[in-house]
Amino acid sequence: MPTLKINGISVEVERGASVLDAARFLGIHIPTLCHDDGLTPYGACRLCVVEVSNSNGNGRTKMLSACTLPAEDGLVVQTHSAKVEKARRLLLEMYVATCPQSKTIQDLASKYGMRQERLAPKFDNCIQCGLCVRMCEEQMMAGAIGFAGRGAKRRVSRPFDITSPLCRQCGACLYVCPVCELRCHGSSAESTLCNGCLNFSTVCFQSYDDAMCFLDPCHACEVGGPFRSDVPVKLSTVKSAQQEK
Amino acid sequence: MTDFEPVQLEALLADFEETRESLIPLLQEVQTQYCYLPEFALRRIASKLSVSLTDVYQVATFYSCFSLVPVGKHVVQVCLGTACHVRGAPRVLDRMLRDLKLGTPGTTQDMQFTVRSVRCVGCCGLAPVVRVDNNTHPNMTQAKVRGMLKKYRSKEDRPAGEADEVDDAEARVHS
Repeated sequence: MPTLKINGISVEVERGASVLDAARFLGIHIPTLCHDDGLTPYGACRLCVVEVSNSNGNGRTKMLSACTLPAEDGLVVQTHSAKVEKARRLLLEMYVATCPQSKTIQDLASKYGMRQERLAPKFDNCIQCGLCVRMCEEQMMAGAIGFAGRGAKRRVSRPFDITSPLCRQCGACLYVCPVCELRCHGSSAESTLCNGCLNFSTVCFQSYDDAMCFLDPCHACEVGGPFRSDVPVKLSTVKSAQQEK
Repeated sequence: MTDFEPVQLEALLADFEETRESLIPLLQEVQTQYCYLPEFALRRIASKLSVSLTDVYQVATFYSCFSLVPVGKHVVQVCLGTACHVRGAPRVLDRMLRDLKLGTPGTTQDMQFTVRSVRCVGCCGLAPVVRVDNNTHPNMTQAKVRGMLKKYRSKEDRPAGEADEVDDAEARVHS
């Protein structure tokens, strides 16, 4: 049974579990777009990126995807450090530009307090997360759709673009798709970045050195807390808050 | 180009083990013998090797050495790698497309040539490089394109009168 440390908390998990499983066991929310509990880990969306070092390491950390990283003895993991949050925010910015019409992606962007979108929107209908392909093959045992081509031309397709007789039209591919569900436009005009669900009202004083309080959702940390990218972190205030406790 | 006959496919299939691992060697063999991967061959291979058609299609579309549409008698690969690009490969390609009356890289109507641009063929010292079938033509120039294509175009397929025109064009370039 490997024992690892996530955000300073020791946790013992079953052999074969991933770091993402371990973090979820602790109730730490790591955002994902390509992960589903019933499907094999894929590591495509990279949103579950975490900062990992060994307990005997020299302080150097690696950025790895939690869903494909097996939980091993002595791993030291930071799931919401400033570096990780910055990487996720950049990823989300790119996802929003690829599929601005997706509710799942817009919700995540709101959650991460994204206020700007620097890239031109593409309005693609696929982020190549591979959920539908894996769902069709692993859960529906059909394998009616798959990837074709490679690089920039890679796409989800049916063989020869003819609906396969293996397809039972069960709709599982649509069910898991993070892009199919369209976002609401709300009262404001159509924009690349939605942000309709940003909540500015709550105030939270619980912040630790390199982690958030993990209340889900804790908009205060994300919007007004020390982990905002555009607000410099005031370590002195964080530390004094800890000392008071 | 040879027409694909199912009998030949069956003979081919008999040479390979019926495992997932023989998928790529088998596809390569079909590709080299028949210049492309016909749909029914992919379907037959999928059922014979117990691999889903989706996986076979995925592999067949992933590798650039496989083609799902019939290719010409000669495959012309124009290298557009960095070294070739710098030494004028785009001009060679443009000239070739114009000579073959192609808008974009593809197959000519008479099924004689398939023009492809490739990234690097690994002999940058010979830039710009054009590979026709298995022959490498180093230091290509726009002027050499016509003569090279002429060499490969078989005589019986050439429209009457074109030979003189080609010679004239070459003479003009060299003078």
